[in-house]
Formats: sequence, structure tokens, C-alpha cells
Amino acid sequence: MSIFVDENTKVIYQGLTGSQGRYYGLLNRDYGTQVVGGVNPKKAGEEVDGIPVFATVKDAVAATGATASAIFIPAPGVRPAVLEAAEGGVGFIACITEGVPAHDEAYFYNKLKRDHPEVQLLGPNCPGIISPGKCNIGITAGHIAKPGGPVGIVSRSGTLTYQALYELKLMDIGVTTCVGIGGDPVPGTSFIDCLRAFQADPDTKAVMMIGEIGGSAEEEAAEFIKNEMDKPVSAYIAGVTAPAGKKMGHAGAIVSGGKGTAQAKMDALRDAGVQVGLNPTEAGQLMAEIVAKL
Amino acid sequence: MDLYEYQGKQFFASYGIPVSDGDVATTVDEAVAVAERVGYPVVVKAQVQVGGRGKAGGIKLASSTDEVRTHAGNILGMDIKGHVVHILWIERASDISEEYYASFTLDRSAKKYLGMLSAQGGVEIEAVAETNPEAIAKIWIDPVDGLGEATARSWVAAANLNPAATDGAVDILQKLYRAYTEGDADLVEINPLILTPDNRVHALDAKVSLDGNSTFRHSSYEAYDATQVRDERETAAHDKGLQYVGLAGKVGVIANGAGLAMSTVDIVNQVGGSAANFLDIGGGSNATVMANALEVINNDPDVKAIFINIFGGITKGEEVADGIIQALARVNLASPIVIRLDGTNAEQGREMLQPHLNDRLIMEPTMLDAARRVVALSGDTPK
Repeated sequence: MSIFVDENTKVIYQGLTGSQGRYYGLLNRDYGTQVVGGVNPKKAGEEVDGIPVFATVKDAVAATGATASAIFIPAPGVRPAVLEAAEGGVGFIACITEGVPAHDEAYFYNKLKRDHPEVQLLGPNCPGIISPGKCNIGITAGHIAKPGGPVGIVSRSGTLTYQALYELKLMDIGVTTCVGIGGDPVPGTSFIDCLRAFQADPDTKAVMMIGEIGGSAEEEAAEFIKNEMDKPVSAYIAGVTAPAGKKMGHAGAIVSGGKGTAQAKMDALRDAGVQVGLNPTEAGQLMAEIVAKL
Repeated sequence: MDLYEYQGKQFFASYGIPVSDGDVATTVDEAVAVAERVGYPVVVKAQVQVGGRGKAGGIKLASSTDEVRTHAGNILGMDIKGHVVHILWIERASDISEEYYASFTLDRSAKKYLGMLSAQGGVEIEAVAETNPEAIAKIWIDPVDGLGEATARSWVAAANLNPAATDGAVDILQKLYRAYTEGDADLVEINPLILTPDNRVHALDAKVSLDGNSTFRHSSYEAYDATQVRDERETAAHDKGLQYVGLAGKVGVIANGAGLAMSTVDIVNQVGGSAANFLDIGGGSNATVMANALEVINNDPDVKAIFINIFGGITKGEEVADGIIQALARVNLASPIVIRLDGTNAEQGREMLQPHLNDRLIMEPTMLDAARRVVALSGDTPK
């Protein structure tokens, strides 16, 4: 099994008619994802390489039975796009777009929690999600992931997610689902959302987690692992040597007021029984040792 | 984007928050002109983005034209913890009965806005939080609900401000909330928020940090961006649209993706070296971006060796290699380069780079090997 998305997931792309949406939408389809439609109010009735375009998410859901939406719309349009997706009836929304204002994220996160609690929002500013061999939504290169399991991956960083998938593939270790939750201040899906889902997924036997400096999401994840998980976890935290007060690329990646340091995160994770590697390769090797003992 | 005090006060004023009458001055004569207009006594304040201005002599009270001349002359050009003062803020001095603290920021754990209000203002709020946490009245605001007057009123009551300050504080907090949300701020802070002897409440200081992602709906923020404090290297990188943070070491770092770039800085430090920067070039195949990145790093005189760490995802190894080869032809490099190329079609990419390799352009198979090699080239002993 996998979490959040699988071979039955039908995906529409808000922004399919734009260059990014088209590029990744078609790549995702080539991977095997059920790409059933696109949304653009000005181009309803047209097609993108055979994929029908609808005026609204609601129309697309009605016509195709779509269960998920991928958002590739430029940042200014993301807030209405996320709300439209939730109101339109999809259960899973992957928002890939970067550069979304934090206040927009805070607004639609809370709006969805209140009015559409059943909808799982992933992102914004994330690489997306892949259940290898079944469904790939977003910008992950599908062939660097080995299908099957037993490992689930959750990561705040894009390239480090790829790195993790690749390290595991080189060691012939499969992945049930790999979720890139993104590096923004208000991520729709948290580490804990993913850890809970992996804990409940019978095919996931171990979890690899990649965090970075800033915020306290990793510490909260450690608490969850300690209290609620019996599956083994390996982790890597990027930004051990990052100076305080400097944003390291991601809007969320900043050590401020002595909070959010990598050391504090690694300590919390170790305290929860997590195997913590000092670099992505080491975290991958630790996971290989865990898998060998399963 | 962190605003200077004067920008913060202008920002507050645009949302109707009462601030002291004042203006900006960059010369002694301008300072005098502002003082004459707002009326004495005035406060002459150095505009630098660093704490401890007052202690360093960057904030002075002046009761006459002569005093303004003296203080403005002394403070302009003053070096406060490495920040040279070029701009002054001159404002009418205020009589103060009480000093409070007010702020809004995002609580990333709760995913709600956190408002903090305290009757103990004028000091570091962190110190209050540590020694007397119950002196800070906190509220968590759902962005969907916003901050209504009734909530603001009970919040002010919980903070135990002087009853004379209640109406003024309720009004200012609602305006501050609007400034925070409609202004797309990451932080708005008034410390101190003062009560005057004639029972007026107003903002005596302004600390504002704006969300750089929101500039598409705030065209005026470009002016703030232009006054951001960056070192020379950061300015050059910013002008080229690169995600760059200057650090103090000797190994120039180029990587694709923020996480990988952070991880590269980490591994350089972990094996006994020191990174000169964090630089994320994004996708990683484009020769122009790579050439720009190499140029920025090449202009850093402290850099002794360069580490290019690329993981190809959708971008294939041969595209990355082609980008590097083209970029190398455009930039005349002062330092040797170590490349680690992995991921999609990495082997093809490495084959393309092979004929270009020499003792100034080296390739290593893993991140760890590459880190050790580049640290050695930078003059340190790798662990």
C-alpha cells in the first residue's frame, strides 16, 4: 500500500495550460499517473496533448471523477486556486508553486481545516508526492525511486528528497510513498500527518525523515515518534552549521532567537529513538541497516 | 525584508497607527530643518539594523538647534557594531507615563497568528518571557476570523494595562493587526508602545519585517528591498537573482536546491573545512545561472576552492555537465573546482566532463569524497 495517493488516484492540474503545468503534468502522465484533466477558465473545452481542459475544478471533478489536484499556478493565484480545489470536491491537493505569501498560506490552511477538514493539502512550495510505480504528482523524477517498500519517506527539502530516494534505490530498497512537505512556514501537510499515515500503512515498515533548520516541526515529530510510533525511523537534518538570523533559501529555514537549530532537532529525534545521520548518505546507510533487520 | 525604524514608522503611519511626528535626515542641515518643523525637544536616532543603538550613543535628546547640530554631526558616520550610520530619524520627543509591548507574528506550530501584549515594555521581550512569562498576554488568532474589537478589548484587559490606555490600545492593536495581515508582514512589533501623561497611546518604536514573497501585491516594497543590508557578495548575487548567503569560510559552495546547498555547507564544515557561502542555483542545468554563480563566488577573495554539488532529478546529468562546461568557458576562475554530479544520467554527465578534468577541475564520486578533496584544496586538513 501507500499513503495519500495510489494507482486509483485521478489527478487534475490547475495550470495545465501553463509551461510548468504542462511539462510536469505530461511527465507525471508518462510515469503512469492518471492525469484526467486540466483547469483554466479561459481555455475550457480545449485539450493539452489529449487531456481535456475544464473551466473549474468542480466541472473537472464532475466530468472525470478526479480525486486529487496538482496546482502549478503562479503564486498570486494560489490562494483562490487552493480554495477552489477544496470546494470543487477533490480530497488531495498538491500545491507545487513556490513564493506564496505566508499570510495566504495561513489563511487557506485554516480555512480548509474549518470548512474542508477531509481535504489533505500538501505544500505549497514542495516537490509533490510519489507512490513509486503507482502515482507521481509533482516534480520528482520518478525513475530515481524503486517501487514497493518497505520504506516511507517524508522530507522538507526537494533535492534532499531525491537524494534520499536515490540512495535507497542504489541499495535496492523500495519506497511505499515519498512525500515532500516543502520548506514554507505553513505547510499544508506536516511531518506528523505523514508519520501517522505511515504508521497506519501495513506496507510501510520503516520511515526516513529529512528535516532542516527553522521552526519546531522536527521536535514535534520527535514527540509523535516517541509516543505514537513503533516503526523504526532514520533521519537527517540539514543546516547543522547554518548561522542564526540568515534564511537559507527556504522561507522556513532560519534559526532565530536560538530556536530551530539542527542540534536541538537531532537531540529531540535521538531522544525519541530515531537513528540520526550527519549527512544524507549516512541517513541512507542507517536506513539500510534498519531494513536489513526487518 | 527587515525595515529600518523610519520605514517601519512610515509603514505604521500608513495604517493609521499614531507615531511621533518626525522625518528622515541624511545631513546635519536636514536634521535641523526637521527639528525646527516638529518642535523641540527632539530625539535624534541613528538608523541601523542592529540592537544596542542607545548604548552605543546612537540615540540622543536635543533641546535646541545647537544640540541637534552636535548630535546629528556625531551620529552621522558613526560605526555601530560594524553598521555605519548614513540616515537619521528626527522626531518630537515624547513624555512617557508607561511603556508597553505589542506584537504580531506567526506561530508556526499552532499555524495561527500569535499576538503578544505586555504592560512591561521598553525592555527585551525575551527577558520578560524568561523572568515573568505571565506578564505577557498572548492570543492566538485564526486568520479566517481576524481580530475583532471585542477580542482586542478582552486581550487588553488580560494584559493589565493602565485603564486609561484601554481605548487607545484597542484601537492601535486592531490597526497593527491590519498592518500585519494586509501589509504581509512576518513581524510587527511596537516596543515601547507608550502611554503619555495626557493619556494618549502611541508607537515610540517600530520593528517590521515584511514577507519578500508578497511584493507582487505591494509595488512600494521594492524601495524597501533596495535599502536591505547585504554584504557586497550578497548584493552581487541578489542582482543576479541567486539565492545566496555569505559565510566566513574558504570553500565556495554551489548546489541545486536549498536543502542540498545547506547540506553541502554542513558537510564541508563537518570534514574540517569552512564554507564561504550558501548558494542555491535551483534546477541546475542552465549555463547562464551556473556562470553567474561561479562569477559571484570567483569575486569572493576569501574563496580558495569551489565545490559544485549537483543532484540531477528531472534535469539530466548531461544537461548539468553541459551547463558546467559552458559556464567554465565564460568565467576565468581563480580557484580550483571539485564537482560531484549524481542522480539522473549522472554517468553520461561525468563522461562529458571527463575530457575537461585537470588539477584545477576535479570530479569525485560522492558528496563526502568531494567535500574532503575541496577542503584539502582550500588549505585545511580534511577529517
